Amino acid sequence: MELTGAEIVVRCLAEEGVEFVFGYPGGAVLNIYDEVFKQNKFKHVLVRHEQAAVHAADGYARANGRTGVALVTSGPGATNAVTGIATAYMDSIPLVVISGQVPTAAIGMDAFQEVDMVGITRPCVKHNFLVKDVKDVAVTIKKAFYLASTGRPGPVVVDIPKDVTQHKTEFVYPKKVSMRSYNPVIKGHPGQVKRAVQMILDAKRPMIYTGGGVILSNASEELTQLTRLLGFPCTSTLMGLGGYPATDPLFTGMLGMHGTYEANMAMQHCDVLIAIGARFDDRVIGNPEHFFQDGRRIIHIDIDPTSIAKRVKVDVPIVGNVKDVLAEMTKLIQASKEKPDRPALKTWWTQIELWRSRDCLKYDRDSSLIKPQYVIEKMYEVTRGEAYVTSDVGQHQMWAAQYYKFDQPRHWINSGGLGTMGFGMPAAMGVQFAHPEATVACITGEGSIQMNIQELSTCKQFNLPLKIILLNNRYLGMVRQWQEFFYGNRYAESYMDALPDFAKLSESYGHVGMKIEKPEDVEGALKEAFAMKERLVFMNFITDQAENVYPMIPAGKGLSEMILV
Amino acid sequence: MENEAGALSRVAGLFSARGYNIESLTVAPTEDETLSRMTIVTRGSDDVIEQITKQLNKLIDVVKVVDLSEAGHIERELMLVKVRAEGEWREEMKRMSDIFRGRIVDVTDKTYTIELTGAGYKLDAFLEALDKGAILETVRTGASGIGRGERILKI
Repeated sequence: MELTGAEIVVRCLAEEGVEFVFGYPGGAVLNIYDEVFKQNKFKHVLVRHEQAAVHAADGYARANGRTGVALVTSGPGATNAVTGIATAYMDSIPLVVISGQVPTAAIGMDAFQEVDMVGITRPCVKHNFLVKDVKDVAVTIKKAFYLASTGRPGPVVVDIPKDVTQHKTEFVYPKKVSMRSYNPVIKGHPGQVKRAVQMILDAKRPMIYTGGGVILSNASEELTQLTRLLGFPCTSTLMGLGGYPATDPLFTGMLGMHGTYEANMAMQHCDVLIAIGARFDDRVIGNPEHFFQDGRRIIHIDIDPTSIAKRVKVDVPIVGNVKDVLAEMTKLIQASKEKPDRPALKTWWTQIELWRSRDCLKYDRDSSLIKPQYVIEKMYEVTRGEAYVTSDVGQHQMWAAQYYKFDQPRHWINSGGLGTMGFGMPAAMGVQFAHPEATVACITGEGSIQMNIQELSTCKQFNLPLKIILLNNRYLGMVRQWQEFFYGNRYAESYMDALPDFAKLSESYGHVGMKIEKPEDVEGALKEAFAMKERLVFMNFITDQAENVYPMIPAGKGLSEMILV
Repeated sequence: MENEAGALSRVAGLFSARGYNIESLTVAPTEDETLSRMTIVTRGSDDVIEQITKQLNKLIDVVKVVDLSEAGHIERELMLVKVRAEGEWREEMKRMSDIFRGRIVDVTDKTYTIELTGAGYKLDAFLEALDKGAILETVRTGASGIGRGERILKI
């Protein structure tokens, strides 16, 4: 039977087992929306801004590992989606974004709501397609899901002109698709894996450095097994938190610009570094030249060859899926007669414990003002460390990463690469759809939350009982901190004047609102809020305006040049 | 690479987005019409060339990347030069074209158009050898390259 392009789109999504499509209708996608209306295979989630649609699809994908789907119209719908797409691209999140396009005959005519979506998104997608023939719709969508979810994942855009959604053709959904130009490597090169294992067994001061790749490849179990087998210290990037249990003594905390003293010092002074699904980002190793003052051998495991030897020279590169490579390494180490050098390790751990005893995350617990760190600590206790936590971008993001100890993967959801303010709440919506019974919290700032605050309306429509933890310091805190440290206290445009009454705002959307101004009220408010399982609660914590995130490595400095409290 | 709309802009976009330099880029379909072949001339340290190679391979439309300069290869570029051919110039231009094995492909009483093929440096040398005042217009295709001997790039 012949189907229209629009029917085919909807059928393809059903074939892919899509549960939720996050979107916003418009002229160019009306045919598709008409078919969405007629089906019941997946649920459509109407957001209030296309950026939020993509962030929600992204949050959904991060929380459960499946490919997120967003549907937007042409022109402004498409451009609004771009920030969300770039966010997902930087963090390698599998998404399929379907955008409407003006009819093929109108392309290039500066038609109403026309924009060159394929051109605009080219630098921030894994791949994109403009479908010009209805016969190509099914195979293109199949390819889009395949590309998005395999290899190093990423967003794929499928741009479909309106006339293509009207035309008819026979519908066949391909069972499989293969592309001669796309063959991601899974298994690591056996010779390289062997070399790496030997290097690991010879190490005197080893360090395991993990990133988002561990989460993306679902390799937490393999990482935990290997780390415990070796007894090596382990650190994680912002993106990798939860990949290794944060409450485990082998875990030294997050590293990088706002990483712990012990993690950064161990990273700087180790003799063998095992980098796993991490990419030596500028926020992680700071100044590469300083990093190389202390020589060390580096093993780098990553599924993307371009991540290897991009910022640092590597001794043993292993291209492969982290999960497979770690399992292979564990097998080889278990079978080996050699064991890790225990006496050397003991000395190394003594050193690390000394660094750890600096207690770099200490803060003033006797303050009469609410300390943001305290809010996160209490929230960690109240949720027993089991919540899914999304964040926006800024100081609150770093405090969340430092003080909420994530023991499970996919529970910490934030925009690490692009650093997109406005990510937190829509991402939390996606997480809640992925895990309807789970506790989902969004830690945010008064700057970030206002970048997508309209989504409180979506939360009302779909009864999403999010817990919004606003650390309200009346400043764009991270900007203010940099201005204090590096710009002579000149707080250029970092003050947030004329803020709304967030509690009332939340109430006006039909949610619960709270304002908490005293440290002694923090715990009670959190308990009360998290007990309201059916309601969205917006908690406006009025926090210490002057608090800074410590430790901090100033931009361009080395890992051992931290500013401590 | 796949002979798809937009494939060229993906490559060009990659070079500009990552700050790699392109000296020349040529592209045309191959005998297999589903494929195009592109020759890019670029410059960079070994590390940069390694990254360029990897980044190109990562593009979904790119089927295979070969660094021709790693081994023996042939490089050819075509140039058309329009020169003054009046008075004393007329004989001089003919002679220079012969020396560089060029061909005069268009003649008027005031101009010659010379076609010249060779590696880029040969074309440069020809332009150097001509009196600057004699050159009216030049157009170059950019280099195309192929491996020497049994070295074959085919899918």
